[in-house]
Amino acid sequence: MLNRKVFSALGGLLAAVPALAYDSSYNMPTGVTAIAREVHGLHMQIFWICVVIAVAVFGVMIYSIVAFRKSSGAVADRTLLHSTKVEVIWTVIPVAILIFMAVPAAKTLVKMEDTRNAELSVKVTGYQWKWQYEYLGKGVSFYSSLATESNYARQLNSGVDVTTVKDYLLDVDNEFVVPVDTKIRLLLTGNDVIHAWWVPDFAVKKDAIPGFINEAWFKADRLGRYTGQCAELCGRDHGFMPIVVKVVSKEDFAKWLAAQQDAAKAATTTAPATPVAAAL
Amino acid sequence: MAHADTHSDHHDHKPSGIGRWLFATNHKDIGTMYLLFALVMFFLGGAMALGIRLELFKPGMQFFDPGFYNSLVTSHALVMIFGAVMPAFVGLANWMIPLQIGAPDMALPRMNNYSFWILPFAFTLLLSSFFTAGGGPAGGWTLYPPLSLQAGDSFPLTIFAIHMMGASSIMGAINVIVTILNMRAPGMSLLKLPLFCWTWLITAYLLIAVMPVLAGAVTMLLTDHYFGTSFFNPAGGGDPVMFQHIFWFFGHPEVYILILPAFGIVSEIIPTFSRKPLFGYDAMVYATASIAFLSFIVWAHHMFTVGMPLSGQMFFMMSTMLIAVPTGVKVFNWTTTMWKGSLSFEPPMLFALAFLFLFTIGGFSGLMLAIAPADFQYQDTYFVVAHFHYVLVPGAVFAIMAGVYYWLPKWTGHMYSMSLAKWHFWLSTVSVNVLFFPQHFLGLAGMPRRIPDYSTQFTDWNMVSSVGGFVFGFSQILFAVVVWQCARGGAKATDRVWDADPTGLEWTLPSPAPYHSFETAPEIH
Ligand code: HEM
Ligand SMILES: [Cu+2]
Ligand SMILES: [Cu+2]
Repeated sequence: MLNRKVFSALGGLLAAVPALAYDSSYNMPTGVTAIAREVHGLHMQIFWICVVIAVAVFGVMIYSIVAFRKSSGAVADRTLLHSTKVEVIWTVIPVAILIFMAVPAAKTLVKMEDTRNAELSVKVTGYQWKWQYEYLGKGVSFYSSLATESNYARQLNSGVDVTTVKDYLLDVDNEFVVPVDTKIRLLLTGNDVIHAWWVPDFAVKKDAIPGFINEAWFKADRLGRYTGQCAELCGRDHGFMPIVVKVVSKEDFAKWLAAQQDAAKAATTTAPATPVAAAL
Repeated sequence: MAHADTHSDHHDHKPSGIGRWLFATNHKDIGTMYLLFALVMFFLGGAMALGIRLELFKPGMQFFDPGFYNSLVTSHALVMIFGAVMPAFVGLANWMIPLQIGAPDMALPRMNNYSFWILPFAFTLLLSSFFTAGGGPAGGWTLYPPLSLQAGDSFPLTIFAIHMMGASSIMGAINVIVTILNMRAPGMSLLKLPLFCWTWLITAYLLIAVMPVLAGAVTMLLTDHYFGTSFFNPAGGGDPVMFQHIFWFFGHPEVYILILPAFGIVSEIIPTFSRKPLFGYDAMVYATASIAFLSFIVWAHHMFTVGMPLSGQMFFMMSTMLIAVPTGVKVFNWTTTMWKGSLSFEPPMLFALAFLFLFTIGGFSGLMLAIAPADFQYQDTYFVVAHFHYVLVPGAVFAIMAGVYYWLPKWTGHMYSMSLAKWHFWLSTVSVNVLFFPQHFLGLAGMPRRIPDYSTQFTDWNMVSSVGGFVFGFSQILFAVVVWQCARGGAKATDRVWDADPTGLEWTLPSPAPYHSFETAPEIH
């Protein structure tokens, strides 16, 4: 998109800022899906539009504060009461800017909502306070909770220096494993209260609501480990139900899935833990 | 007090003792009580906020149980919104509306008394819930079910407290409407009404429209919890998302209830200290009215992630973006008011200018949040926290302080310490940015809101934010000191108070304004 180029070029002028944009500690990650990159682009576009407007508006304000000081002898022009012309201008120009922003945003929104043609469907259920992943039609299902080490360290006055804990609060016992370059559809619901499944690198955030099934999708194009957190207040341990997604190659995924299926068969006698038992 | 009301001589017959306050019907006494109540709540809610910032200073849990942390967050919001900002605006309305429209008092003095005295009881109820089994309300100020239904004994206390606050607000709003529509001095047509009165008039209609909606929503929560209904309980065929729609149908107009009177205050102060009439008065009135109208059709921008149909998301995205237009008109008008003015920088003007800059930053982040695909990334993160604190703290709260600094000499008859007030201004303005600006970064980098602990990559900005928080919090003590000193004494204030260009009837009265404001209506030409 042309305007995106313009804005990223504008960003380039501010030297280091865009260079640090990936995985930065002060900006949105560019992400690892086409949608996430688009969303990041929208974010930067509107950010720069705001910066430009801010420079103009704050510029006039600062100029007025400096130039029209009573202490430096400024005399008020009390005839300046209103002007239909400028009032029309500063109504119409913002409307035009808004339309300019709304069009690409609407396009991206349409794409984000299109969950058709998924190659793998996973049902994700939020519990107080963990996630369950069920690979639909594959016979694989497991819970994913905060890793033991983090869970120990995060207790009140645990005495553990949390900076020494690996991936403190962003680590789980069972990672959500998915294949790369595959459109994955999530079916989200909540078991008890509302949760929200959020992985910033995929630009997916969707509420997991009891009694509802919500849909979302992503197609990661880079291998790696991506983390996220529950993004809807869900009670005492809302801060402690992270999400870890491991994007692996298609072959590795097939192997992983087969191993899971074997394990599930071997354990048919000890059917998957019931939510209630596992919640405690 | 009927006795005092019937007097028409020019001496102030104030009732004395505790009865003056308990049975107050005088708009100034009631206004004072509202303002003091708001100040107490501001410090209480502020103490809770410092508790939050203390726990978030570094990663790891140091001070609180996560459940208690959640109740701090929840009651901080309820106390600040319903206990500090709204009562402060009602207090200013009580003091200033009769003075600005040339009336002797508010139209319905007894209801005025009642609407104030409900509040201490409402907040006693709310805060007492901290001592019940299960602790204070911990489901967030948004009270989303099913989570809010898991609360312990705090639940009915919170709901009843909200009902009482709502009743109080509605009575306050009725009083404002009746006063403004019926008690204006002869010749004061609606389009001559001072903007503070205009914005309050519109706010009052918003209050009457949406407080009953909130009352309905929380009553349904109550019956779901205790009487076996399932309005919002999916197990019984209910719909938890319906609550969110109802809540935000209240909630979005509510955020404008929290800002429109602030717009009014700033629209009084900037012209005064620019020595130039407000630019585009009519446009300001129409912009306020259109913001109020639009505020009813944007509510679901708080719910982009609940899984609305595409068309719904489109609608709420576009309507929300539209709000930026009248908001922009207001900012441009204030700016143009300063253009070719003759500016001086007394404390009220300083706060109004900080409002102008920093509220606008909140408007920009609001615009970003309106973009639905981007909001999926922002929603429920510290970016939203930064947004609403920018519009509420250097927005609403600074405007309230600007208003107090503007009118305080008119109330007490004394000037206050300008240097102390400037100290308060600079400390607050610098620290509020240190406190809230880094929260934009935290949210963008992925930190969810309403969490008591965070992974270590968020440490630096949280530390910065906490330092800002403590400086901001303690700076507010200066505000209390300035107000206290000014109430006790100080240089005598003139009728016009400011060596500037204050327009409005309040400046035609002596300082302090007489107990029964305008006993004979002034003539407006
Ligand atoms: C240009 C005008 C504004 C726009 C476009 C705007 C837009 C938004 C949006 C889209 C959200 C939802 C963000 C999310 O949860 O993902 C939001 C949240 C919020 N806004 Fe604004 N806003 C504006 C001005 C204001 C003003 C003037 C106030 C109040 C003084 C305000 C107070 C709030 C609050 C309190 C929330 C968070 C509520 C919560 O979730 O607890 N906003 N705003
Ligand atoms: Cu949660
Ligand atoms: Cu809103």
